[in-house]
Amino acid sequence: MTGRHLLPLLLCLLPLAACPDMADQKRPDMAEPEPVLRGPTSSLPVPGTVARGERSAWDVLKDRPEMTPALLERGRERFNIYCAPCHGVAGHGSGLIVERGFPAPPSFHNDRLRDATPGHFLSVIENGFGVMYPYGDRVRPADRWAVVAYIRALQLSQHAQVSELPEPLRERLP
Amino acid sequence: MAQVFKPSADIILRAVILIIVIAVIVTVVSGWLYWHSGWLTDVAEAPEQPVPFSHRHHAGDLNIDCRYCHYTGEETAKAGLPTSETCMTCHSQLWTEAEALRPVRQAYTEGRPLWWQRVVDSPDFVYFNHAAHLDVGVGCTTCHGPVQEMALTYESHAYTMGWCLDCHRDPAPNLRPEGAVTAFDWRPRTGLSETERQALLEARDVHPERLTDCYTCHR
Ligand code: HEC
Ligand code: HEC
Ligand code: HEC
Ligand code: HEC
Ligand code: HEC
Ligand code: HEC
Repeated sequence: MTGRHLLPLLLCLLPLAACPDMADQKRPDMAEPEPVLRGPTSSLPVPGTVARGERSAWDVLKDRPEMTPALLERGRERFNIYCAPCHGVAGHGSGLIVERGFPAPPSFHNDRLRDATPGHFLSVIENGFGVMYPYGDRVRPADRWAVVAYIRALQLSQHAQVSELPEPLRERLP
Repeated sequence: MAQVFKPSADIILRAVILIIVIAVIVTVVSGWLYWHSGWLTDVAEAPEQPVPFSHRHHAGDLNIDCRYCHYTGEETAKAGLPTSETCMTCHSQLWTEAEALRPVRQAYTEGRPLWWQRVVDSPDFVYFNHAAHLDVGVGCTTCHGPVQEMALTYESHAYTMGWCLDCHRDPAPNLRPEGAVTAFDWRPRTGLSETERQALLEARDVHPERLTDCYTCHR
């Protein structure tokens, strides 16, 4: 092949050298500083704002949902993920993190917390309490009633009166 | 005319041919080994992180659920990397003087996240969605390997297209029961009959027919 033919051929290959790497496109990815302000790429919404097409947290929370086995099951799962590390699976306040030195939370099985309103629990989840940080970003509004329902069930499980049991169950007690 | 090739030329020719053949074999074999080794894909290599975070310590020993820190995966495409506030829910009280945790405290007071080095990062032309998988019971360790045993996080295998397709062609053995997506000890089912397969797929309303179409992952 002569040089006369080689040159156009090489020119044809030139655009390939400018090919962008499609694997890394020009958009900031998660956990990368955003390029203009060097701030986070994802940040929390301004307090009090509601995304279009979504219900506000208050709208979701204002009515207590019906107590159902499905709600309790959801509450059990969420409680075990987000609360049990400190409060323990039964709510006595002795989870694994507390064993490693985190200040112990109060047990859910005392008269004060048994008598506390559901609103108190909803507020502690959303805003935190003392050294406990808020969990509102992790426990979504729709799940908060489920967690409260499960805490109520835990409290009942440790404070049931024999006289309140139905007859067939009472007979099976030792 | 003088002789151009001496009798020894024959031996040299044979030697040269032998060397060429060996060279070709060595190139092909080592190329194959390199392609399938971790070097090309960074498998089993842990990048340096701003904080030496240990999954073995937190998820393994302390038994903290994956979703305590990666809490957006059930609803959105991204599992999410924890913010500095998530670390501070515990480290505001624990190891508050530790030098290793200084970047966490600093990021928290400045109100910014930590810039973690990504470990599992698909190319940007691939569409992946965590919620779609967690919803039908494909669990974390099925895809990410034994994260709960990693002192520093690394890729347990290469996340190639072939790896995705292996499961998309036959997802049934990997569908876990309700509530088990973060369990460590769950193993894929083996020896499933065709009816058992269909039952598993039906229970989760999964339709593998369209899972191997290009536009499922490249959109
Ligand atoms: C990192 C550990 C930790 C986690 C996780 C945690 N808590 Fe707490 N919680 C505490 C501590 C510590 C206190 C006591 C705070 C104080 O008195 O300063 C507390 C207190 C409480 C109280 C009692 C408030 C009172 O009136 O005394 C409630 C109710 C509560 N937590 C609910 C929850 C729920 C629900 C979750 C899960 C969404 C949760 N906590 C997760 C550590 C934790
Ligand atoms: C079907 C396989 C699969 C399952 C199941 C899965 N992941 Fe992933 N994960 C991936 C892939 C692929 C990526 C890379 C995504 C990308 O780069 O866009 C990823 C990325 C991540 C990341 C990096 C941040 C992000 O969101 O991209 C984290 C953290 C993560 N996964 C955690 C988890 C956890 C925790 C679970 C279980 C609750 C889980 N993954 C389940 C495949 C999976
Ligand atoms: C639910 C509580 C909890 C959360 C959340 C948490 N940690 Fe920890 N972390 C601990 C405990 C408890 C220890 C000490 C373990 C021990 O004493 O054996 C620890 C130890 C550490 C250590 C030093 C010990 C070691 O050898 O690993 C580092 C570094 C660390 N954590 C980083 C982090 C980072 C970064 C985050 C946020 C992504 C985080 N932790 C979130 C509970 C937590
Ligand atoms: C205490 C918080 C915490 C818990 C619990 C936790 N992680 Fe992580 N995870 C992190 C942090 C921080 C990073 C980023 C630093 C790193 O890669 O080690 C991370 C990174 C990852 C990555 C790599 C993401 C990427 O692309 O950079 C995967 C995959 C992952 N986690 C999976 C899991 C799985 C599966 C579990 C449950 C077994 C789990 N994590 C539990 C904090 C946590
Ligand atoms: C262990 C099994 C498994 C692996 C590995 C896996 N997937 Fe999937 N994937 C599934 C199943 C099961 C579904 C069906 C979900 C459904 O029908 O709702 C699915 C669905 C999807 C969807 C469709 C989501 C939607 O909204 O339509 C995408 C996209 C996808 N996977 C991408 C990937 C990519 C990319 C990878 C590799 C990085 C991957 N998957 C690896 C099991 C897997
Ligand atoms: C289940 C998800 C999935 C499906 C379906 C899929 N791909 Fe991919 N594809 C991927 C992933 C993940 C990668 C990136 C692999 C990597 O990083 O090594 C990829 C990479 C590629 C690449 C780039 C390879 C490179 O070297 O950069 C091409 C080209 C491609 N796919 C074509 C196709 C075509 C054509 C189809 C349909 C026949 C298809 N893919 C279907 C997940 C998928």
